[in-house]
Amino acid sequence: MQVNEYKPLIVAFCCNWCSYAGADLAGNNRLNYPAEVKIIRVPCSCRVNPMFVLRAFQRGADGVIICGCHPGDCHYTSGNYFTRRRMALLFSMLDYLGIEKERTRVEWVSAAEGAKFAATMNDFVEKVTALGENKRLEDLRCKK
Amino acid sequence: MQKITREQLIEKASALLADGTVKQVLGWAKGEFDYDITPAVFESAEELNANFVWSDFCGANFSKYLVSKTRKCDGKILVFLKPCDTYSFNQLLTEHRFDREKVYAVGIPCEGMADIAKIKEICADGIASIDCEGDALKVHTLYDDEPVCVPAADVLAERCVNCKSKKHVAYDELLGEEGEVLDSARFDEVAKLEAMTPDERFAFWQGELSRCIRCNACRNVCPACTCEKCVFDNPNSGVENKSPANSFEEKMFHIIRAFHVAGRCTDCGECSRVCPQHIPLHLLNRKFIKDIDNFYGEYQAGAEEGSRAPLVDYTTEDIEPGEVFDRRDTDA
Ligand code: SF4
Ligand code: SF4
Ligand code: FES
Repeated sequence: MQVNEYKPLIVAFCCNWCSYAGADLAGNNRLNYPAEVKIIRVPCSCRVNPMFVLRAFQRGADGVIICGCHPGDCHYTSGNYFTRRRMALLFSMLDYLGIEKERTRVEWVSAAEGAKFAATMNDFVEKVTALGENKRLEDLRCKK
Repeated sequence: MQKITREQLIEKASALLADGTVKQVLGWAKGEFDYDITPAVFESAEELNANFVWSDFCGANFSKYLVSKTRKCDGKILVFLKPCDTYSFNQLLTEHRFDREKVYAVGIPCEGMADIAKIKEICADGIASIDCEGDALKVHTLYDDEPVCVPAADVLAERCVNCKSKKHVAYDELLGEEGEVLDSARFDEVAKLEAMTPDERFAFWQGELSRCIRCNACRNVCPACTCEKCVFDNPNSGVENKSPANSFEEKMFHIIRAFHVAGRCTDCGECSRVCPQHIPLHLLNRKFIKDIDNFYGEYQAGAEEGSRAPLVDYTTEDIEPGEVFDRRDTDA
């Protein structure tokens, strides 16, 4: 009998100036990371509004990860510092509402860190796979 | 029972109207019942004498009304501010939401406001009238000849039980005695929730939030919610002015509402007061306040005019989003 293996859907918001290039590098170097990771390119990690994170979950994401330049390296000087505060509070709130904290993450990945990008994604996908489907922030109307 | 009297307030307001200092007075007026006091604008001593109310049900915080009222009035407006209202007042000034020159703020002391829901729990329905006398409320019902006597302390609103400050942080003039910033236990409930398992927390919030009818009262009353265009009025938001279609919309509305006031919410408690469904919105707001205090240093929105809200500020040493859970787990 064939077992239908569960594959989570991961949305990764990647900053154009660092992590997005990091993902490219991972690809160029033939480093593997799961195809379930769907990358959305943003001009800076601080472009990510809390609503984007919730929307991603609504539309079926099982995990959301935000990748930006390392603190101090933001292309716009301070964008990622704001991201850091905003997401710390948002994730803490999601956890407070009982939503599994492993489903959200922020990671700093530079353009030179293709290996870190792949490793981060592999690890994140593994954690989310262990949790299973996102039930607590799902919108049934968006399910196919 | 309030220490300052209705007469004192009317006297003050009438005098300021008479000498031309102010053109309008923002005050409380009777609603349908003794307990649903409503905000009103008064323009003369006659109006004040006829309709002005000051009782244990005058919880309404007028700060937000100044945003629209000062634009419409060509003179100054007198506003009565309880200690907690002055924080909202400052916060609005910090955000340049109204012209300080157009307001004459009179700080008034407050002994805590009553929560009608708590009274109804004791006296059931059919409340005809309520007299505030001494330390008790006399509740006359349609069914009993004798009024029911309820100690005011037993029916104090949640936000007043956990009052954070009896001190006015902004005013032009102060009536009565000045109080102090208090050591309140307002984060205890939040800590209790934090100590639960995620499953328990999820069940708790599911139970609370699923009652929301999206009347938007919590947003409309909030002095921190003064955007001219609100995301919740956007027809493309999917959560525009309609009751939540499913549990996602409930959560989305509440997370976003609380997030939009994070760092700016003064914890005035108006949102929880007006919620017809008795959803403990303060537990969401206070979670953000508690986290902010914890991660970025103590910060009370509105305590100081012009202070920088934590979410539009940063330090290079801030806690990483992934560390917040460890921090909480070691605290607990
Ligand atoms: S006041 Fe209560 S019922 Fe109305 S929208 Fe806010 S939480 Fe929902
Ligand atoms: S969110 Fe509630 S407690 Fe906070 S400022 Fe607005 S009405 Fe007041
Ligand atoms: S430009 Fe990469 S995080 Fe701001």
